[in-house]
Amino acid sequence: MGWLDTVVQGLLLGGLYALFATGLSLIFGVMRIVNLAHGDFSILAAFLAVMLVDALALHWLLALAVVVPLMALLGYLLQRLVLNRLLGRGILPPILVTFGLSIIIQNALLEAFSADSRRVNPGGIDTASLALGGGLAVGWFSLITLLVAILVLIGLQLFIGRTRRGRAFRATADDQATAALMGIDDRGLYALAMALSLGIVAIAGIFLGVRTTFAFGSGPDRLLFAFEAVIIGGLGSLWGTLVGGAILGVAQTVGAKLSPGWGILTGHLVFLGVLLVRPQGLFARQRRRD
Amino acid sequence: MAQAFRVQRATRASRVGLGAAVLAIAALSTLPFWADPASMRRLVEFIALLVLAQMWNLLAGYAGLLSIGQQAYVGLGGYALIVLADDLGLDPFLSVPLAGLIAALLALPTAALVFRFQGGYFAVGTWAVAEVFRLLVANTGALGRGTGRTLKAVFPLARETREMATYYLALALGVAALVGIYVFLRARFGLGLMAVRDSEPASETLGVDVFRTKLIVYLLAAFGTGATGAVIYLNLLRISPDAAFSISWTASTIFIVVIGGIGTLEGPLVGAVVFFVLRELLADYGSWYMIVLGTLAVSVMLAYPQGLWGLIAESWGIHCFPVQRRVEVDDTPRP
Amino acid sequence: MSRLVVRQLDAFYGDFQALFGISLEVAEGETVAIIGANGSGKSTFLKAVAGALPVARTAVELDGVAVGGRPAHELVDRGVTLVPEGRRIFPSLTVEENLRVGAYRGRSGRWTLDRVYTLFPRLAERKRQPGTNLSGGEQQMLAIGRGLMANPQLLLIDEISLGLAPVVIKQLYDVLATVTAEGITTVLVEQDMSQVLRIARRVFCFRQGIVSLSGRPGELSRGEIAAAYFGT
Repeated sequence: MGWLDTVVQGLLLGGLYALFATGLSLIFGVMRIVNLAHGDFSILAAFLAVMLVDALALHWLLALAVVVPLMALLGYLLQRLVLNRLLGRGILPPILVTFGLSIIIQNALLEAFSADSRRVNPGGIDTASLALGGGLAVGWFSLITLLVAILVLIGLQLFIGRTRRGRAFRATADDQATAALMGIDDRGLYALAMALSLGIVAIAGIFLGVRTTFAFGSGPDRLLFAFEAVIIGGLGSLWGTLVGGAILGVAQTVGAKLSPGWGILTGHLVFLGVLLVRPQGLFARQRRRD
Repeated sequence: MAQAFRVQRATRASRVGLGAAVLAIAALSTLPFWADPASMRRLVEFIALLVLAQMWNLLAGYAGLLSIGQQAYVGLGGYALIVLADDLGLDPFLSVPLAGLIAALLALPTAALVFRFQGGYFAVGTWAVAEVFRLLVANTGALGRGTGRTLKAVFPLARETREMATYYLALALGVAALVGIYVFLRARFGLGLMAVRDSEPASETLGVDVFRTKLIVYLLAAFGTGATGAVIYLNLLRISPDAAFSISWTASTIFIVVIGGIGTLEGPLVGAVVFFVLRELLADYGSWYMIVLGTLAVSVMLAYPQGLWGLIAESWGIHCFPVQRRVEVDDTPRP
Repeated sequence: MSRLVVRQLDAFYGDFQALFGISLEVAEGETVAIIGANGSGKSTFLKAVAGALPVARTAVELDGVAVGGRPAHELVDRGVTLVPEGRRIFPSLTVEENLRVGAYRGRSGRWTLDRVYTLFPRLAERKRQPGTNLSGGEQQMLAIGRGLMANPQLLLIDEISLGLAPVVIKQLYDVLATVTAEGITTVLVEQDMSQVLRIARRVFCFRQGIVSLSGRPGELSRGEIAAAYFGT
């Protein structure tokens, strides 16, 4: 396990972190909301996948195909029925409500699934690896995760850049009042954004659940890593999130190699370092109309 | 067109409230002489949570700083107590305010980092820093790593003496916090603070130094939270990083303040009572307690954002701890 | 038939009242101007009609239907388009995307992307540039073009002349004259009246939230207008 291997693992881990971070970044860009339950929703998706895989002996990809649309629907309803009611009341209410949801979800998962660690049956894919030569080998699953992350980012980029709704997203993120004058209904748009966000984070959660074990309380750390990836990469930049995730991943794997208890801490310290030196992140774009 | 007017602060309810508060404190002071140790410990816990809630309320409800990282100072205060009392040999009870000071000192570099953020990102930033503190402590051998440490400095004391001293210290902390915040808000600084909460740009044009105001409040809250953390672990005697830096401290205080009413002094008191009553009722149902509490907080936020106390105050116009100033004009109402 | 009937319109920003019982009518195909000093309520009036401000239901009537207080996006469907004060071009969108977003509701009509480019050739030249890279006058063209893309039946324009040089203002009004000549009902708000009175058939003067004067431009003297404008 040389250093090159460690760095490569970290880069691949970045793919997973980018998946977590994308939904968070999308929501913040369009609605200026931070969903504090973001990570917990991903763990909820992971548990749902575990249930489907264990109970119905489904392949995890099939479970994903079921859970992701379900979570997207949940996101849509959450925004429509709950979070949209908080519009126009400032920044405090959405933060507090999503924080409350985070606690509720964690405790509900604890009640439903106990404190045991679980894992989505990977069906062998977690052990398959690809030899890259020079004694370097990467897991197929990590590669697939990165690939999926890139595909999601491309898809999102196409949606936001090329479609009518995507234009509406950008216009609303720029200037919600004027976007309304164009006939853009912010409430429906926000619901769509939340649906996308939760759908993507469900993918992230299930990939996490295949890769490693998780438990009812794993959500908050996911939120933190997602947040750190977004900040390191820079607000408003989708691809920056991928780079941010990669940097975070490498920091964590390198830190863990130096000393087992220092993996996550190193990630936090790198994050704080970036915050000190370049608070706008590496690829920030000043888009918002002030 | 000069009119006679007075700036009024006290209301009838506040005078009643003041009287009731004095009575309550007097009654609570006699507790060690007739209550059992378990009740005393419970009350210490209650007061601790109340002070934590007041501190969080000061930050979010008055300064507009929504922090979900206050657990950092609970943990720092607790560990500071251990180090001061066990390692440095200081008196454990005197170490409590010192622990608060240490927490406030560490809040300075924290603020330097997290004040770069606003709103939701500020919140997550404070949490990230709390996690850093937790992990640093969990990786430090001298602090007991993941298993934590036990407060040994109090062992020489007789158990009753220790429990009574802890109780009175907690009571003193609770009173000091309440009085301190009340006085603070009524002072000119407090006025500036509430102006900042209501509108930062407007208050800046009026000459309020927004950054300095927020920083001072953040440091004060860190001090209060740190001192409370020390009292908590004086009470519990056993500290570990996962418990001391746990987000459930913040979750509990947020729920208390939201349910009771953000931005008022009476709100956290009401909320803390609801919190404890619910805890007793749902004691046998494990995590349902948090689910119910969380659902209640979310519902309150959606439907009655001013909280329980806000509802009461609105219906009856009561302010027990008034920090507003009302202008009473001696004139007939204008159209 | 009146396209727009405003009856006893009050409008508030929080506790502050900006409009006091405004009543006026705009006939179909007519171009009217609203002039007045800063703070007289002109922009507030347009926002109220466009659905950007909550007002009483019966205070605003469009083609005989009471639409007061309906949200802005619904009013766009009904053919009300506001070209807002200060242009408010979307920085994250190119010139062409800004125009396309104007057609978000997909209202059919004579105005297409090609037609807007014909009207404003400068926009076609810069179609792939970020909207805010344009000069002030070009941004105003873009804002008007964006509004036209919604194929409005009632076009509301708020202060075209703000921050622009006189020669640019004149050009814009020349173009606007050809647009209004097609018969689209238009309400133009302006502080500077030199150009707007050319193309408006009637003018209203606002002062402190009330209509202080109304009439045809040709029939009102400078003195009358000044008095209504400044309140002397």
